[in-house]
Amino acid sequence: MSIEAHGIRKQFGSYTALDGVDLNVPQGKLVALLGPSGSGKTTLLRIIAGLEFPDPGSGRVLFHGDDVTDVPAGKRKVGFVFQHYALFRHMSVLENVAFGLRVRRRRDRPTAAAIAERAHRLLELVQLDGLAGRFPSQLSGGERQRVALARALAVEPKVLLLDEPFGALDARVRKDLRRWLRRFHDEIQLTTIFVTHDQEEALEIADEVVIMNKAHVEQVGTPQQVYDRPASPFVYQFLGNVNVLRAPALAAGRRRGLPDEVGAEGQIYVRPHDIELTPHDAGGEGLSAIVRHIHAAGPHARVLLEQVQTREQVEVEISRSELAGLSLAVNELVRFRLRQTHSFDEDYAI
Amino acid sequence: MPRATRDPAWARWLLTGVALVFLACFLVLPLAIVFIEALSKGIPYFLRAIAEPEALAAIRLTLLTVAIVVPANVTFGIAAAWAIGKFKFRGKSLLTTLIDLPFAVSPVISGLLFVLVFGAQGWVGSWLIAHDIRIIFAVPGIILATTFVTVPFVARELIPLMQAQGTDEEYSAVTLGANGWQTFWRVTFPNIRWGLFYGVILCNARAMGEFGAVSVVSGHIRGATNTIPLHVEILYNEYNITAAFAVASLLALLALATLVFKSVIEWRQGTR
Repeated sequence: MSIEAHGIRKQFGSYTALDGVDLNVPQGKLVALLGPSGSGKTTLLRIIAGLEFPDPGSGRVLFHGDDVTDVPAGKRKVGFVFQHYALFRHMSVLENVAFGLRVRRRRDRPTAAAIAERAHRLLELVQLDGLAGRFPSQLSGGERQRVALARALAVEPKVLLLDEPFGALDARVRKDLRRWLRRFHDEIQLTTIFVTHDQEEALEIADEVVIMNKAHVEQVGTPQQVYDRPASPFVYQFLGNVNVLRAPALAAGRRRGLPDEVGAEGQIYVRPHDIELTPHDAGGEGLSAIVRHIHAAGPHARVLLEQVQTREQVEVEISRSELAGLSLAVNELVRFRLRQTHSFDEDYAI
Repeated sequence: MPRATRDPAWARWLLTGVALVFLACFLVLPLAIVFIEALSKGIPYFLRAIAEPEALAAIRLTLLTVAIVVPANVTFGIAAAWAIGKFKFRGKSLLTTLIDLPFAVSPVISGLLFVLVFGAQGWVGSWLIAHDIRIIFAVPGIILATTFVTVPFVARELIPLMQAQGTDEEYSAVTLGANGWQTFWRVTFPNIRWGLFYGVILCNARAMGEFGAVSVVSGHIRGATNTIPLHVEILYNEYNITAAFAVASLLALLALATLVFKSVIEWRQGTR
């Protein structure tokens, strides 16, 4: 089922959580709402679920073209997974999963045996069937997460909404579980929106990323689109490390390794891995800088430079083998060249 | 424990000893005396003192009061705790403060407030007399005063519990299609039942034992508006000491039963 939101506004007292937000999620896609905390992403998710309502007269929420703005959460057929899972602590795993079926009106309610069978099937689907009799307090974070997912799926939702689904897990489980979620989504093909503040997570598993900032949508696109062609300085900075350099200082270096798009004014943005280093005494194009720090733990090496003319700090990321070939030393000169840069209109404030 | 952080033996024994002597003097001894005095003229006398018509009337009135006050305060306590613990609204801190008011005000003052409002010279007194409704010096007054004094018990017990539990489980239930009643009975209630039970026990103990507020509004009409504590006072003032202690021992038994209940609940919660 497709989800649309038009012109959603939401005010909490004097605080604006959403300021005229539009969203369009096509049927069957896995979409990430990505943004820093306070950007309004969770509020938007809760409005789609029907747990919050947009300010009166401000906007509409459509499911498959039908206006559901005034439909309460229980009637929207959404599966919602809370950040801290919100499992019913006094119920076993099986009872948790069966809850949505047991609270149905008698004429819509399957028999007890059918409910139990369905709950078991869902637990199998999330690979937890052996834990049906346990209580939430006896499960690990990753297991709770999957119980919450099975419980949400039990009511056969048309849409799955996940609020920071991996936020409360440790780094290792997080990675496993997000890949699992991607595979799981490919299997069940349910329109899914998840909220995250982790750009790596969003870029890795989402079909489409909606980047939010300060109650607005900044950009919508596939992970590659938003990463390669960020629409604003905010998106550029949010999606990865970035060096912001003043263009005038670099103008002197034009024709010495700067792309043409860089004007004489304003700032240019360049990712650390889009900078190439060459030995200083080899000459050729590029700007001179002093090596200030070399951080070589991990798969890539990070080199911190100080540009000779402007004293601006520049962070460079190169492979370990490149680093070995350069034989850099702290406080010595090196030449750097910007391979790919971005610039934005000067009046666009970050 | 490392030696440096351990008190010397004599200090530990001294502190424990002081605490035990204090408890013995101020709690165990009086309690023992209640039962010793009550039984000092033998069991038959004890039973007669309790079975006396005026004593029975006092017991009946106390039970009636409790039967009305406790459910009323459970309903109010859950509603108030639900509102305060799970919602944001204007005037929330005012409501929280108001719930504590009966604890802050002396029970005698509470009783006087009801006399001032409902008494013959009170704000609505003449209207009540004109319609032949008796509240002060009658059973309704006793129930009102007791309700007022025991308002905080259930609410106070539940508010921190509900605040700590948050609203996510309720929201989950709602997204899964549960209606309001189902959400309360299947999700909220099981999470608060032990706290609620604890509040009910304390509320019940206080409702049975309340003296000050009830004394002001009751009028001490024998066989009609005397509760157990008032009856004990009357017997005592008439130098009918053994009978006074016999009736008092009923309240003491209730206190002991309350303590046992409370320990059982705490033990159960500890093992969960």
